[in-house]
Amino acid sequence: MDTDIKVALVGNPNTGKSTLFNVLTGLNQKIGNFPGVTVDKKTGVCELPDGRRAQIIDLPGTYSLYPKSRDESIVFSILADRTNLLKPDLVVVIVDASNLKRNLLLYTQVADLKVPVVLALNMMDMAQKAEISIDVNLIAQKLGVPVIPISARKGEGIDKLKAAIAFANKVPLQQDTIDVEALAPQLIAQIEEDIQVDNPYFALQLAHQHETLDFLTPQQSERIEELEHEFNFHSQKAQASETIARYNYINDLLYDTVTKKETAQDQTISNKIDRVLTHKIFGFVLFLGILMFIFQSIFAWSAYPMKLIGDLFVWAQSSLHHILPSGPLTSLLVDGVMGGLSGVMVFIPQIAILFGFISILEDTGYMSRVTFMMDRIMRKVGLNGKSVVPLIGGFACAVPSIMSTRNIENWKDRMITIMVTPLVTCSARLPVYTLLIALVVPNRNVWWIFNLQGLALTGMYLFSLISAVTVAFVMKYILKSRERGYFIMELPVYRMPRWKNVGLTMYERSGAFVLQAGKVIIAVSVILWVLASFGPGDRFKQIELKYQQPQYTQHQQSDDLQRTIASEKLENSYAGMLGHAIAPVIKPLGFDWKIGIALITSFAAREVFVGTMATIYSVDGNAEKMESVQQKMGTAKNPDGSPVFTAAVAFSLMMFYAFAMQCASTVAVVYRETKDWRWPAAQFAYMTVLAYVASFITYHLLK
Amino acid sequence: MRLSQLAVGETGIVKEFTDLEMSVKLMEMGCLPGEEVRVSRIAPLGDPIAIHVSGYQLSLRKREASTIILQ
Repeated sequence: MDTDIKVALVGNPNTGKSTLFNVLTGLNQKIGNFPGVTVDKKTGVCELPDGRRAQIIDLPGTYSLYPKSRDESIVFSILADRTNLLKPDLVVVIVDASNLKRNLLLYTQVADLKVPVVLALNMMDMAQKAEISIDVNLIAQKLGVPVIPISARKGEGIDKLKAAIAFANKVPLQQDTIDVEALAPQLIAQIEEDIQVDNPYFALQLAHQHETLDFLTPQQSERIEELEHEFNFHSQKAQASETIARYNYINDLLYDTVTKKETAQDQTISNKIDRVLTHKIFGFVLFLGILMFIFQSIFAWSAYPMKLIGDLFVWAQSSLHHILPSGPLTSLLVDGVMGGLSGVMVFIPQIAILFGFISILEDTGYMSRVTFMMDRIMRKVGLNGKSVVPLIGGFACAVPSIMSTRNIENWKDRMITIMVTPLVTCSARLPVYTLLIALVVPNRNVWWIFNLQGLALTGMYLFSLISAVTVAFVMKYILKSRERGYFIMELPVYRMPRWKNVGLTMYERSGAFVLQAGKVIIAVSVILWVLASFGPGDRFKQIELKYQQPQYTQHQQSDDLQRTIASEKLENSYAGMLGHAIAPVIKPLGFDWKIGIALITSFAAREVFVGTMATIYSVDGNAEKMESVQQKMGTAKNPDGSPVFTAAVAFSLMMFYAFAMQCASTVAVVYRETKDWRWPAAQFAYMTVLAYVASFITYHLLK
Repeated sequence: MRLSQLAVGETGIVKEFTDLEMSVKLMEMGCLPGEEVRVSRIAPLGDPIAIHVSGYQLSLRKREASTIILQ
């Protein structure tokens, strides 16, 4: 994209940086109140008042240029590395005006890198409410940079900010904040000379961070290491003195520019809410209640739209069968592709509702309270309070959740979280569970409000959490680490969720799910249809010949005969052979060869199960009489006439899906995050073993 | 007196730290010598705690709070 200048947005977490990014670019994306939701680097284009176009780069929220997590480390690289293509011409530092002191630390660091800076004071409305008065002009004069008061949420001051971006100087004009050279005079001078840098703070940062910076050559990094020894440089001590010096500077700056009325701060609304939400008893009761409410709603609210989508597909399939000439191509399109697709599409309502709730929990700031409340328990089992977010996010999808573990600073905590997150019931398991629960659990209420099916589903969700925690506890003793874990985290004030944002997240996430899962499902459906419709050699021909004999055509109804033929064909098809091949292995779990086919295809993605079932049973059944997958499975019979899906089989299947690592995307993302094939391999192995054992036990207990 | 010994609602002034690594992280978050801290609440299970410092709420574990010595 052709843009005239590059502008980077930098700021603390929870300062409204993502909201500002949305307002500037008009491009929307997911934002939340939880520190670190802005994981991926996002860019967008902003039209400036002078007609030029600016590329806006949204950098991860950070409290300082000294990174504490993987995400934060890219901020310094992008700001400082001159060879980086994204190196901005201008940096907009966004700060929370109601909490200038802590926010300005990052500003002083960025300013000392001597890149052109504009300071945006966000949440001016909140600062006014808190009776904080800020002398904006005096701050601008003291810092030597443009200072623009804005309110990103209300869209106030944005035009002025755009103008400031347009008319910003190409050279840095800011005042020095602290005497950087005094921190390590000889070392800085020597690095400037040897590595050819002209900025003392950049040189100092190189000394601190050279081991993790990609843009330094190994020789340069080695040279810096030598210099550190030569001049007796102690990174942490230097960092401590620097931070103290910076806060001294900030205190001086704020002394005559910001005045705050001393009020009883404990009585803020946020505090009152916290008193209830993190209460000893109510806190947990409410958390459980919220989870219960979410799962009940997923079932209750989605029932009607799901039925609508399901009916629509049944109608479309049967009308297509009437319109199109019958033949293998029609069959491929209607039974293969549409059959598989309908299996996924009906779950859009449930997935949208789930993502909506998770986005509300993050946006309001409640998620970090959950972290706060759960840390003690989580630590007992080898996790971290911050693991709660990936685990809860795991209810939606393990892939983004595993990416969000980058916030967990401690290596061991992070690895354990990555290893157990795929155990949590993700939205792809939801179709499998709802289908099987609807088959074997009666749809009635107990204790007035609790629907039996909803309870069974809640049970599966709770069970998945328990198993994740148990596995984590075991891993705590397997993994070795000398690194210390810590939990220093901001608790942001409560805010109303941005409804537009929530709606957008629901739309984007369900859209992504349909696109990503849809591709896999269509591909798998087509392959499966081919495998199920053709067999090796002339087996199919022989079956047809066999049933043309008079003893069959004369004594059997044509409907029944068709069914017998189809089912014998399926058994002799490639898919049938595949299913039969693994049948002995899965027989102890109560599964027949048809379920075997579904298990094999599900290793691409779990939700393929429903589509596979749809394809298998529509190939098997009578094509003229379209039924929903559930009806087909409900009436499915074993060769001896007993129903296939008994409670034992259904629950055994659910257990298998609860544990097995049937998701190619998760395997890929675990590799990407750990950079070592042994992690996803170990994960796949332990989950498959657990799945087999759990299914085996369940089937034999219920049989 | 250490920060971990304060009860809910009590305030203190940070004097120094017993752990260099932790102090670097705490100071970046605005919790530095001379700063007033107040314990706003303790998590339902007794750990971690939430403190009010530099105009916002920060949560930290008791073990981390015990590295902060108050005046």
